[in-house]
Amino acid sequence: MTTTMKSMFHSDINQSGTEAGQIAQANEAAAVNALQIKNLNFFYGSFQGLKNINLDILERRVTAFIGPSGCGKSTLLRTLNRMYDLYPGQRAEGEINFYGENILEKGKDVNLLRSRIGMVFQKPTPFPMSIYENIAFGVRLYERLSKAEMDERVEWALNKAALWTEAKDKLNQSGLSLSGGQQQRLCIARGVAVKPSILLLDEPTSALDPISTAKIEELINELKKDYTIAIVTHNMQQAARVSDFTAYMYLGELIEYGKTDQIFIKPAKKETEDYITGRFG
Amino acid sequence: MNDRHLSSQFDEDLNSLCSKLLQMGGLVESQIEVAMRGFSETNIDLCNQVIEREKTVNSLEVEIDSSCAELIARRQPTARDLRLVMAISKAITNLERAGDEAERVAKRSKRIIEQSVNYKINAAEIKLSGQMAIDLLRQSLDCFARLDAVGAAKVVEDDKQIDEEFRGFVRKLITYMAEDPKMISTGLDLLFIAKAIERIGDHAKNIAEFVIYIVKGSDVRHVPHDDLVREATK
Repeated sequence: MTTTMKSMFHSDINQSGTEAGQIAQANEAAAVNALQIKNLNFFYGSFQGLKNINLDILERRVTAFIGPSGCGKSTLLRTLNRMYDLYPGQRAEGEINFYGENILEKGKDVNLLRSRIGMVFQKPTPFPMSIYENIAFGVRLYERLSKAEMDERVEWALNKAALWTEAKDKLNQSGLSLSGGQQQRLCIARGVAVKPSILLLDEPTSALDPISTAKIEELINELKKDYTIAIVTHNMQQAARVSDFTAYMYLGELIEYGKTDQIFIKPAKKETEDYITGRFG
Repeated sequence: MNDRHLSSQFDEDLNSLCSKLLQMGGLVESQIEVAMRGFSETNIDLCNQVIEREKTVNSLEVEIDSSCAELIARRQPTARDLRLVMAISKAITNLERAGDEAERVAKRSKRIIEQSVNYKINAAEIKLSGQMAIDLLRQSLDCFARLDAVGAAKVVEDDKQIDEEFRGFVRKLITYMAEDPKMISTGLDLLFIAKAIERIGDHAKNIAEFVIYIVKGSDVRHVPHDDLVREATK
């Protein structure tokens, strides 16, 4: 029986007492919170985009955010590295503790923050420069590396993003010459090159074909060994495939948050069930 | 509760799956009923009828399983839709096996009739537990149709009575066979019939447990009865 089949018939009453259940619980208990979101409210001018969000994002786990358009999932992701700071009139209230440090406090170095919490967007956004420079550019902002060290870092990042084999012979070609899927992996390579601790992925595969999507999903699975990942996706099957935890949001509120298996087999809230079963309307 | 999907085709597919399950359930119910009549009335035609129709039960199982796989491939159901499809796929396995048991009753009855044995063993327990098994299967299918978890918990409880009847009959049969070794051959046929009925009760119980799984999301197989009732009524 596959793990999925086993988990389909997962039950609280069956497993709570078993050794495997206890080990799993102990592992979860040992997991560290990379981000602790407390009473977070977000405003676009006078419009409140997020309403009192409380959520912990666990270290080295994939947390997926699902919900209909306009529910605030991308907004939430953008608060996590203060991407919203680039736009006047947008503000966040509450706390986002990144390993205990509230990143919403005034006077934070947001550039340093964004090197620690990287982001990849829906559409691939390679810089109009060579593949090599696409990666080296960001690294140079934070570190002084020799040519040899930089070469090594570029190779490491491209390897991490599963792009090295395809790109190693054309490092000097423009990043824009790559296919959509390769460009997105280049953006992920660029994101990991500065060695962040968290990667935020905002619908990273919505513009990609199924094969590129599968490669990115495989990559997410690889990356979670070293990084904490938060992903926003409209594709619920993708959330089910790649994430350990899933959060369902609606109209700026966090409706339900739990283990992905639980959310997709036995959600606690009717709203969540209606959405994931396609009864939302 | 909003029970309609945005996709009406999805609703139709799920409804069609449920209807096919109930159609198969109705057929198996009738198989057991006819087999039991064949046994009680020593009617060889009824027994043959059951043996002949068993093929239809088997082909329904294959057809419904294939529809389940198709629905999973096309719709990737989640939450209670997923639980429903999984439960249907498992319930039809139980129905098919209950159908096999009905065929077994028919074959053993036929053997007894063909050997023209004038057995003196009182088989009242078999007739009684046969009726109980038919009722239990009907109730479990009703619970499936109505998604009634509380009713399903009662089916699980009631199955114990069939088990009790079976144990009582076995004790009696041993006495008969010990007293008259000539009874052993027929006694064994009767034992197999009683066992088949007891198994039908178990399949009805399994189907009832899947109903609780669909409705409550809890897997109540192999859990103490009190826990099962708590899950079904929470």
